Amino acid sequence: MSGTSVRDAFVEFERVQKSYDGETLVVKDLNLSIPKGEFLTMLGPSGSGKTTCLMMLAGFETATHGDIRLEGRPINHIPPHKRGIGMVFQNYALFPHMTIAENLSFPLEVRGMGKSEREGKIRRALDMVEMGDFGGRRPAQLSGGQQQRVALARALVFEPELVLMDEPLGALDKQLREKMQFEITHLAHNLGITTVYVTHDQTEALTMSDRVAVFNDGKIQQIAPPDELYESPQNSFVAQFIGENNTLEGTVKEIKDGVAVVELDDGELIDAKPVNVERPGDRTLVSIRPERVEFNRERLRAGVHTLKAEVAEFIYMGDIFRTRLKVAGRDDFIIKTRNAPDQRRLQPGEEIEIGWLPEDCRALDLPTR
Amino acid sequence: MTDMADTAQMQTDVAGALRTPDGRPLKQALAQAERRAKIRAFLLVLPLLAFVLLTFIIPIGQMLSRSVLNDTFSANMPALTEWFRENPGAQPDEAAFEALVLDLRVARESRTQGAVGTRINYEVPGTRSLFTGTARRVDSLEPPFREAVLDVDENWARRDLWAAMRSAAQPVTLNFYQAAVDRKISPEGRFQRADDQSRIYVKLFIRTFLLSLVITGLCLILGFPVAHLLAVLPMRKASLLLILVLLPFWTSLLVRTTSWMVLLQGQGVINNTLVALGILSDDGRLAMMYNQTGTIIAMTHILLPFMILPLYSVMKTIPPSYARAARSLGATSWTTFRRIYVPQTVPGIGAGAILVFILAVGYYITPALVGGATGTLISNQIAFHMLSSLNWSLAAALAAMLLAAVLVLYWVYDRIVGIDNMKLG
Repeated sequence: MSGTSVRDAFVEFERVQKSYDGETLVVKDLNLSIPKGEFLTMLGPSGSGKTTCLMMLAGFETATHGDIRLEGRPINHIPPHKRGIGMVFQNYALFPHMTIAENLSFPLEVRGMGKSEREGKIRRALDMVEMGDFGGRRPAQLSGGQQQRVALARALVFEPELVLMDEPLGALDKQLREKMQFEITHLAHNLGITTVYVTHDQTEALTMSDRVAVFNDGKIQQIAPPDELYESPQNSFVAQFIGENNTLEGTVKEIKDGVAVVELDDGELIDAKPVNVERPGDRTLVSIRPERVEFNRERLRAGVHTLKAEVAEFIYMGDIFRTRLKVAGRDDFIIKTRNAPDQRRLQPGEEIEIGWLPEDCRALDLPTR
Repeated sequence: MTDMADTAQMQTDVAGALRTPDGRPLKQALAQAERRAKIRAFLLVLPLLAFVLLTFIIPIGQMLSRSVLNDTFSANMPALTEWFRENPGAQPDEAAFEALVLDLRVARESRTQGAVGTRINYEVPGTRSLFTGTARRVDSLEPPFREAVLDVDENWARRDLWAAMRSAAQPVTLNFYQAAVDRKISPEGRFQRADDQSRIYVKLFIRTFLLSLVITGLCLILGFPVAHLLAVLPMRKASLLLILVLLPFWTSLLVRTTSWMVLLQGQGVINNTLVALGILSDDGRLAMMYNQTGTIIAMTHILLPFMILPLYSVMKTIPPSYARAARSLGATSWTTFRRIYVPQTVPGIGAGAILVFILAVGYYITPALVGGATGTLISNQIAFHMLSSLNWSLAAALAAMLLAAVLVLYWVYDRIVGIDNMKLG
């Protein structure tokens, strides 16, 4: 729930609050430590406060309350140009009236660097993003992906130790986005810079980050490495926001040996791992990933509860099969199966029984609506 | 499969030009296919084209032709014109005076002696009465005409008068352009500067351009922050402010100018307030009107929206992320403004500046009302020649020179900034 307490944090938010109108808080009591060299992603829906946090770190917004520290120094009152933080913007913000080389030269010029030194650094930065031949062009002459690389080179050319990225890949098409995700992560790790990356794309967050902070409603809902976030969401928001999820509502019947038996609203029983339910009688939302649902009776562990299901729709997606089931009075239960030679293709109308390992099914809080 | 590909393919003739499957050249087919659309488009712009031709091109052409073409003398004094043509460079002899008398007799009957006198009066001041006076007595004149005419008025012997008449006898003349640049042809035929007291136009041109430059500069200095504010304010507040900017447009120009007169005059609001506050003594009232100060203040106010609007339209398109990017890259706010923001507003600055400058150069009412003696511009002189002195040819020559100067400036602007860089909104 809260930021992990890392010693020698490079970036630190301590009890930070932000309000724009003095009535509502956009960021509520944020605590976050980022160690040196980490690639941290702030993930969340729009309006969750993630961009505001980034802007406070960059110095374009001031925290209403609390401290933001960089290498132990409070930076609340340091103007943005003295923070020495590199930043990549959503629409790249390459200066349209300057060539690529002039764009890269700008941060070096304002630091009073000599001409020959500048040229060397510009060359190295452009080579780093494989844009060495484009120095004389204008931003408008480049494609989106090329502009993205230049923006990255410009944010890195003055060798900042911290780089902020505000949804930098949002404007690219899918294929290019995946390529750039890979390149950015590699670059960041090779240079050893600390990166704070903001996105609302959960795939991007999972594939790129060392740790992901999931934002909602001005708070960090969970901060964890991608695998932990995906497999062990701490609350129903995270479970629903990250990846695809099947949810069923019910009441906890008993908790024994780390397994909760949940009675669904139509009376059926299932096994789940209690995450934030405490005692029998608690209302709960159980969540289970579509790929962890098993309908092959032989592969199910003996003694677990199963549910009756009816196949509503079978969708062929190439590498996987996606099947929509009617389960426990709902018709939006999805299961995913790999397109393997021995895989059975379910037919609509077919009656099957589904089950899962109790540890794959998590009993979470029921979100207040 | 191959057959289909063949027929569907464009055929190429020997010259390499593409042909449609039925053998017509592709260009011809394209022109035909688009002809209807082109005709329709042309019909749509036809009314405007006719309007522009009728109200803009033709009047300007007329004005330009009037500045070099004046047949008042040659049409009304045919005999003398004929003599000038036959005797190039000669001094007036008896035949010339006979022709003069003949022409004046005809002129008297058709009552055109005044017009002819006025025409010569442009070149040699004070000679209009010579023509009207002599024409009154022309019927009683007997040969020898030379003595008889000189008897009426010995000014007829003046060589500059005959030189002026000789040049006026040519309907196509550059005399008016000479006058417009304060030059004249001496009786000996040399190109020289006009007398000191009649040398006014060059000075006026210079003043017009200088004042217009000052006004453009002031509009830029005052308009830039307002346009920026408009561009960064939230929509609702911005539109309110925009209404305030546009408000002057909805008020009559005359009302705006006269309200400046109310404010600026010696017994006006500003002076009275300053005197009442004890900042000025009663005899030390500021002269803010009937001089250049008045012209500058009032015209800057009137032309300000023309600077703000193009600036605003450009600034609105500059995303704030540029400034943020510059700041994050280590630039101070001043460097960001100077190196990132201002260069991106150049199309707006260019459009606004050229708009204000061109409007200022030709401005008439405001300088006429608040300009006094030192604050009037070339347009006031043009109006004077149109309305009072009725020397339309000189007015046309002055206007043509103004037009030429503006076109030159436009060209210079194009070379430096580029017209396609301009954004008028």
